[in-house]
Amino acid sequence: MNAVYILWLRELKKYLRSRVQIVASLGQPLLYLLALGFGLGPVFQRAGGGSYLQFVAPGVIGMMVLFTSVFSGISLLWDRQFGFLKETLVAPVPRIRIMIGRTLGGATVAMLQGTLMVILCLIAGFRPVGPGALPLGLVFMLLIAIVFVALGVSIGSSLQDMQGFQLIMNFLVMPIFFLSGALFPLDSLPKPLALLTRLDPLSYGVDGLRAALIAAPHFGIVTDLVVLTAVAVALLWLGAWRFSKIEV
Amino acid sequence: MIRVQHVVKRFGEFTAVNDISFDVHKGEIFAFLGPNGAGKTTTIRMLTTLLQPTSGTMQLNGLDPTVQKEEARRHFGIVFQDPSLDQDLTARENMELHGVLYHVPRKERRERIEMLLRLFDLWDRRDTVVKQFSGGMKRRLEIARGLLHTPKILFLDEPTLGLDPQSRNQLWTHVKRLNETEQVTVFLTTHYMDEADRVAHRIAVIDHGRIVAIGSSRELKERTGAGSLEEAFLALTGTSIRDESASAADHMRQVARLWRR
Repeated sequence: MNAVYILWLRELKKYLRSRVQIVASLGQPLLYLLALGFGLGPVFQRAGGGSYLQFVAPGVIGMMVLFTSVFSGISLLWDRQFGFLKETLVAPVPRIRIMIGRTLGGATVAMLQGTLMVILCLIAGFRPVGPGALPLGLVFMLLIAIVFVALGVSIGSSLQDMQGFQLIMNFLVMPIFFLSGALFPLDSLPKPLALLTRLDPLSYGVDGLRAALIAAPHFGIVTDLVVLTAVAVALLWLGAWRFSKIEV
Repeated sequence: MIRVQHVVKRFGEFTAVNDISFDVHKGEIFAFLGPNGAGKTTTIRMLTTLLQPTSGTMQLNGLDPTVQKEEARRHFGIVFQDPSLDQDLTARENMELHGVLYHVPRKERRERIEMLLRLFDLWDRRDTVVKQFSGGMKRRLEIARGLLHTPKILFLDEPTLGLDPQSRNQLWTHVKRLNETEQVTVFLTTHYMDEADRVAHRIAVIDHGRIVAIGSSRELKERTGAGSLEEAFLALTGTSIRDESASAADHMRQVARLWRR
């Protein structure tokens, strides 16, 4: 258990020491929140969708958690590059514990970053509904975080160096974000798009956040919980398996 | 303590280690000498469970590191040839993390961390982030960390690369002491013949993935009729310079293969 704790602590320390990065990574989601939140607001309102800021805030929070989680998982590649990975791989600790420590650490960091985003949303004028909104929102942030850290670890374990990183960003992470319904409602979409959004795990994460924060789900909160948990278990298993196969 | 039999490691077309066999006895200091790319580090990586051999068998303290990985890892410590520190943590945090991963009890951990950081003259900088360390300081920290727990077998892969003579002297004195007082078996590689001459009980010379000679320093000198270990080494391995590992093109091909999978 100590190994899990010390690796979790390591992720946390690294996060708290990279102040510049904390601020910098808030930039993009904040831009979406403010530019789209206020820019598309009038059109959205006229189309009968209500306040777009209220609608997009959970999406942007989901985006923040997604990006932080995937990066955190893929940071395995940096550790490989700088050699630290070897140090953990020869230690007399089952690899599964090393993987769990990293994943929990990454998930914690993603939740902290997501919480910062929630605060920024509140400042921008976002108002969650009901007293249980924020705690329930945290539950969904945690699930999203675990799913995507595990995905990042799986990818990070399977690549040799940073060369594939851009590819992953453009062909995996960005599509996951754009197809999740973070920016648009999932109702009455064209068939192919509707299908894609259903295959995207983040759709259920963002939907869960909407269920929790603004009580406006598309799939329903139970579906969201079940799907996310199932995907989390599957990806943790995949990540653990890929991680156990690393050779350096 | 270490038994290697007919071990082969191929990376695609390239044979890094080609049918090597040797034994290292308990309490022995065993040096692996060889030119760049001879297969020294590959051998260590296989022995330390980081790589699977293509064929052949290995034993570490009676355990098979290709199968009983976790148990095998309990029996050795390693100082890597290339950096393996966390640059964003401080010297002490790096030591602490290592101590926890290697199950060193808290009190002992604290004492040994202080002792080793003082020994390698890093105690004053213990709370500095490693990123800000000079190359030599990083190297010293790697070594201090490798000595934090007392393993049965200690692997040292070119430990003195980039170290000043003072630290080098500290290292070998400490390693010899560990060997004598705690019977730690030491498996080391180095390019410095004088070091091998000074500390190693037996030496294996490896070239192009094959062991070309094995014996004590004196035996190697007698066999080649050379006056020094360095001359013996050159007599055994020739004077041409070798390419180290893969070229950039090989590397790209490897990445391409990865994506096709």
